[in-house]
Amino acid sequence: MVDDTARIDEILGRFPQIKRNALIPLLQAVQDEFGYISEEAISSIGSHLSLPTSKVYGLATFYNQFSFSPRGFYHVVLCNGTSCHMSGAGELLSEICKLLDINDGETTRDGLFSLEVQSCIGACGQSSVMEVNGEYHSGISVKEVREIINQYREDAGR
Amino acid sequence: MQADREFLLKLAQHGPSELTPDELRQTELLRKIQITKPLVMVNSSTSGIVAGSMRTWEAIEQYAVDRSIDLDLAETGSIGLSSEDPVVSVQLPGRTRIFFSRITAEKVPSLLDDLFHQVVPEHNVIGQLQREGQESWKDVRSLDDIPYFALQDRIVMESCGIIDPFSFEEYVAGGGFTAFLKTIRSYTFSEVCELVSESGLRGRSGGGFSAGEKWKAAFRTPSDQKFLVCNAEESDPGAFMDRTLMEGNPFQLLEGISIAAYAIGSNRAYIYIRSEYKDAIRRINSAIKNLREMGLLGDNILDSGYNLQISLRKGPGAFVCGEETALIASLEGRRGMPSSKPPYPSTSGYLGRPTVVNNVETLSNLPGIIRFGPDWFRGIGTEDCPGTKIFSISGRLPMAGLVEVPMGTSFDTIVNKIMGGVGRGRELKALHVGGPSGCMVPVEQMDVAVTYENLKEKGLIMGSGGIVVMDDQSCVVNTVRYFMEYLHKQSCGKCIPCREGTRRMAEILGSFTRKPADEEDRTTLESFKGLMRLETLAEVMKDTSLCGLGQNAPNPVVSTLKYFRNEYEEHIFDRRCPSNSCTELRSWFIDVDLCTGCSICAKRCPSEAIIGAARHPYFIVQEKCIGCGICYEVCKFTAVYYK
Repeated sequence: MVDDTARIDEILGRFPQIKRNALIPLLQAVQDEFGYISEEAISSIGSHLSLPTSKVYGLATFYNQFSFSPRGFYHVVLCNGTSCHMSGAGELLSEICKLLDINDGETTRDGLFSLEVQSCIGACGQSSVMEVNGEYHSGISVKEVREIINQYREDAGR
Repeated sequence: MQADREFLLKLAQHGPSELTPDELRQTELLRKIQITKPLVMVNSSTSGIVAGSMRTWEAIEQYAVDRSIDLDLAETGSIGLSSEDPVVSVQLPGRTRIFFSRITAEKVPSLLDDLFHQVVPEHNVIGQLQREGQESWKDVRSLDDIPYFALQDRIVMESCGIIDPFSFEEYVAGGGFTAFLKTIRSYTFSEVCELVSESGLRGRSGGGFSAGEKWKAAFRTPSDQKFLVCNAEESDPGAFMDRTLMEGNPFQLLEGISIAAYAIGSNRAYIYIRSEYKDAIRRINSAIKNLREMGLLGDNILDSGYNLQISLRKGPGAFVCGEETALIASLEGRRGMPSSKPPYPSTSGYLGRPTVVNNVETLSNLPGIIRFGPDWFRGIGTEDCPGTKIFSISGRLPMAGLVEVPMGTSFDTIVNKIMGGVGRGRELKALHVGGPSGCMVPVEQMDVAVTYENLKEKGLIMGSGGIVVMDDQSCVVNTVRYFMEYLHKQSCGKCIPCREGTRRMAEILGSFTRKPADEEDRTTLESFKGLMRLETLAEVMKDTSLCGLGQNAPNPVVSTLKYFRNEYEEHIFDRRCPSNSCTELRSWFIDVDLCTGCSICAKRCPSEAIIGAARHPYFIVQEKCIGCGICYEVCKFTAVYYK
């Protein structure tokens, strides 16, 4: 915890100007560093910029980029853009939710997987697309999704 | 780099006409027309990376080490054919460059082996790029002979996929920055505004507002500080033209930004880019760094007395931030909520100062307009809409990618002639144009010439230019429901018609794609009432929403109710999805011949709809079935099917 505070302070130090328009870059820096935005980070940012915590939290929840729970060991990003949706991303999503027993933006209780649905990954020619820790899987079907997730489970030895 | 600076600036200043033969040769080397050792270029843009181009890259590196071959390996952007990725192009000294499709890592050794023995492999060849002074390969078709390239008119995308986006030298050698130097050396601020006004360039982000007029408004407003913002938020899922432009030719965009900033007399420019666009961000950051080193950004650019700073701001992701007032709010560190216009951002925008917001495609058009003049630009496209437009085409067709055509080209040409239409045995049903709040264009309207006015007349919009192709296997109602759910999630919540309207629409559409679970759930009559209400709701939302998101949100519903009403009715009255895409409306059956009577489906069925005796074929009672599909998943004998 002490370590986290030091890391947050280090990020705050990078933004010496106390200006409202530093708020989003600050939140992004925290998100990049920790993978999520903790309560502690929100209150530190609030006091750094002299903004109420509620305003900071309100802004952070407005945007899709910010998440508020720690990421899993494997961070699964599923594309649900129009092209992927037409190739069956909706079915893939419900399959992943069923397999991992989590919803969009959540992390499994063992901390192994977290799920994020993105509006478009940008590879509409290869739909449907899923990304796990920077590794891309393209043109996947429901059956393949099951195999991929099980493979990751096996790799982690659980 | 420093030694080259004088030469590169001379190039940008005079163009090739005043160069010595030695300098001309150097230019050709920079443009990679003449090369000294074999050149391999890999598409490392997003679609390439997703298809595995990084593994291809490593395989090529490994190949060069194993065979101890001295070759140049370079990154490039997408040539536009994103379904053919990873695209790899190979050029041997003195020969033309050949483009290959789908070169995954395991195909690398055989491909390069063949080529280094002067043999062109039979498969995966796209074509060769003909450039002067190069010997062409026999039996390889030229890129210009392929319908995909032949029918396009590439102005903005000309260099995408051909040049190295990290090489400033290559961009300048190809004529880059002549336009910017011409601008700051020979024109005053207002002359540039006038020039762009004359060219008739209109904003490519959807509204189609004249770029020159917007600039003039900002230029005329007196202020101590003015801002230029490049809108690279491209939040429309299924559109990737701005991303491809930034990944394929970042210098062109930066040159466009510099010209636009100069025209309105601004010293500060921001690029508001989606945070997900990591590869585009990497390229633009590298390009900005290059320009600073060359003295083309910063204080007193090339002794002209003009200062300019360009900075990148990552957008934290919200569809509504594509709207300019919402984008400005987000830049200021507030929630991305639109505000009412007027005042327009061009008089009072970022931090209350005059701000011009233009999108990537609009700005990327500028270097060409300044370089070749407004008359050249007016010669392309139609009288009201000069220039070209880039469309991104994806969905249910074998080829997906970008198409740049003159304004006024028909959808039929774009989708059928250039992209080759839908797959064999499939039938084209509709095109969804312009993103989630776009319109469904039926096959009968395919021959309409695409300009802002023509589409408006037919009740359609161009939007960002994303085209999603639907064939007979895609369901109109389900797609519209998907869009409405997306818009509901992305509505900023400021004004009620949009916030509540999108929610109700999504609910009503959702009820069409489900079977009633029990007596109290929506009956057919209720659904029918919902259908009637959709039209009223659409009108209210159009009339009373604050910004473009809410006003355009009913577009998919209105256009499909007009052209595909029968499909809605089939969903409501027959509880049937004609294309079988609505999973919950499927009717499930058991194949008597395949069923072994193992009883596993009956045991797992949540609604006890499967009856039968062990070791005899089972049967699904349709009235009880809720269409969950569990029986289909558990059956080991593939005896369960749907129709």
